[in-house]
Amino acid sequence: MKRNFEDDKKNMVVVEGSYAVADAVKACRPNVISAYPITPQTHIVEDLSQFIADGEIPNCEYLNVESEFSAISALVGSSAAGARSYSATTSQGLELMHEVLFNVAGMRLPVVMTVVNRAVSAPINIWNDQQDSISQRDTGWIQLHAEDTQEAADMTAQAFKIAEDPDVMLPVLACMDGFILSHVYEPVILLDEDLVAEYLPAFEPEFKLDPKNPKTFGAFADPHSYTEFRYLQQQAMNKALKTIEDAADEFYDLFGRHYGGLIDTYETEDADIILMAMGSIVGTIKDVVDKLRAQGVKVGVLKVRSFRPFPAEAIKNAIKGAKVIVALDKNISLGLNEGALFTETKGSLYNTNVNIPIIGFMIGHGGRDIPMSTMEAIVDEAKKVIDSGITVESQFTDLKEELL
Amino acid sequence: MKPLLQAGHRGCAGCCDAIAAKFTLMAAGEDCIVVSPTGCLEVMTTPYPESSWNVPFIHSLFENNAAVASGIEAALKAKGEFGNTKIIAMGGDGATLDIGMRSISGAFERGHDFTYVCIDNEAYMNTGVQRSGATPFAASTTTSPAGKVSFGNIRPKKNMPAIMVAHGSPYVTTTSIGYPKDMIRKVKKAVDVEGPTYVHAHSPCTTGWGFDTSKTIEVAKLAVETCLWPLYEMEDGELTKAKKIKNPKPVEDYLKMQRRFKHLFTMEGGDEMIKKIQALADANIEKFGLQ
Repeated sequence: MKRNFEDDKKNMVVVEGSYAVADAVKACRPNVISAYPITPQTHIVEDLSQFIADGEIPNCEYLNVESEFSAISALVGSSAAGARSYSATTSQGLELMHEVLFNVAGMRLPVVMTVVNRAVSAPINIWNDQQDSISQRDTGWIQLHAEDTQEAADMTAQAFKIAEDPDVMLPVLACMDGFILSHVYEPVILLDEDLVAEYLPAFEPEFKLDPKNPKTFGAFADPHSYTEFRYLQQQAMNKALKTIEDAADEFYDLFGRHYGGLIDTYETEDADIILMAMGSIVGTIKDVVDKLRAQGVKVGVLKVRSFRPFPAEAIKNAIKGAKVIVALDKNISLGLNEGALFTETKGSLYNTNVNIPIIGFMIGHGGRDIPMSTMEAIVDEAKKVIDSGITVESQFTDLKEELL
Repeated sequence: MKPLLQAGHRGCAGCCDAIAAKFTLMAAGEDCIVVSPTGCLEVMTTPYPESSWNVPFIHSLFENNAAVASGIEAALKAKGEFGNTKIIAMGGDGATLDIGMRSISGAFERGHDFTYVCIDNEAYMNTGVQRSGATPFAASTTTSPAGKVSFGNIRPKKNMPAIMVAHGSPYVTTTSIGYPKDMIRKVKKAVDVEGPTYVHAHSPCTTGWGFDTSKTIEVAKLAVETCLWPLYEMEDGELTKAKKIKNPKPVEDYLKMQRRFKHLFTMEGGDEMIKKIQALADANIEKFGLQ
């Protein structure tokens, strides 16, 4: 089917990022939504509740649960019973779910959950960074990060497509930066429900809880077989590398929008300096790249969309011609003094034939603003690495010495 | 009809869980889905790749049993597949009264149509007899042991049925695996009543309580006959039935059969503790009109 995507632009509406995501969830025809309100995720679940109240999501039950722990636990049951299942949370709520996240992934239940990224307590802080989702790195969930509100909405449909792929059958965290994306009003194209139906067929799992065909879910595995369950989860992650790319390509074919698959690049072809990042900060970096390119600085940006599975090969291919790599992280592994994107990129390049210096900056913790001037200063540091090598491998950005 | 809980599971001889699960399934029939938390029942019935369940069964975690059950109910309703299927959450006392309390409270408050069966063997048996909120007064467990200056657990059982009544459950009942007809009738009623219903089944554990594997039913009966475990039904918040015990036996008859109360018969001051336990039984007679 050929569509005139230009027509879509006429249909753009100015809505809040949360509304765009909630509307996308609706278009994906979930059967069970289970959530607990928490800032800055609240607007998504409020919008979904209103859709339910207005009868706009047929064949769907919305559970107002008593905690995030039960929000995600209810989806263990609903997904195992064959229902397309959705939740949204952030920060403390995501941390509270931690135990269940392993369980959902281990049981191979294709739940999709939006994470509206927020800092974690203490000190308590409701503003954006990505420590919450990064801390779920090893739970076995696919983890995708959106750059803007349109991508966050579109990523919701892609997330279900990826999760429910029979070769994958893994849950997906679809991450969007708190406030920066969740509370901003921007023109977006809301997802057309008929097109989504074409993109995302009904969820028909091979196995489900069914009295006519009784199966046991959640059996215990002793040392004889536990290893193989873990191995198969990793195999599914490997397969997801392609599925994520395919989901992005198929989405482009139907909707005319593309944000990259595992990664996306901007001005990296001939770049000496490549900045890597995830989420909304990528938009700021693109502006910095434009400004510096005009000044003759050969700089580009590599957007990492998929943090899990980690696209080591795609990253390696994208950066291999550069002279220095800078990883920007809205998170930190305390005790290592590195952000996750930095650590993992560095680690995945070791033992390869790509030997490029890489430095890391931890940035934007707890919603600290990231002005273009900060980014330019970081590029200046990167230039020094090209000239004289690494002096500081990984560091905090914009520290206020007077507060220390 | 094939047994819905297949023989060959790994339960101990005289296991209360197997008995409770068997009675529950006899009542519910094959059109049901069983949800079970981490614990003996799940471990002994589902060692991969084997399963004893001839009904759909799901185990997720220790503390989320009722939440998982509520999700299944929501899924079936959303997809128009609910029909006459019974959703039964079956968990031990630790998973129910302690670590799963939030999840069961939320599921009952939300009013899901399911039945929760608590298999109460009065301690964390799967991990080796540690004290739970359901451990009775003066019982010795591995984390509330009797010792030179202790008679064991110093607190009475948490009154879980009352908590579930307070949630507005239309049907809350106590039962005992020592009374198969009583348990099967009550589970059947519970699954037939619409809304969240609660069955609390007193279930003696041969290894945890310390009695011979042939005595499970005898011990269960004695708990009822001494009035330490009253069998009653609460419908829409009102006490509608309680099993009469014409001539209650002294609590010593029940206590002396069990290793967990042995210290009460050997330690100085143990007789005073037994008097306090007798007082608990007497209070049950009064409260539930057992005579």
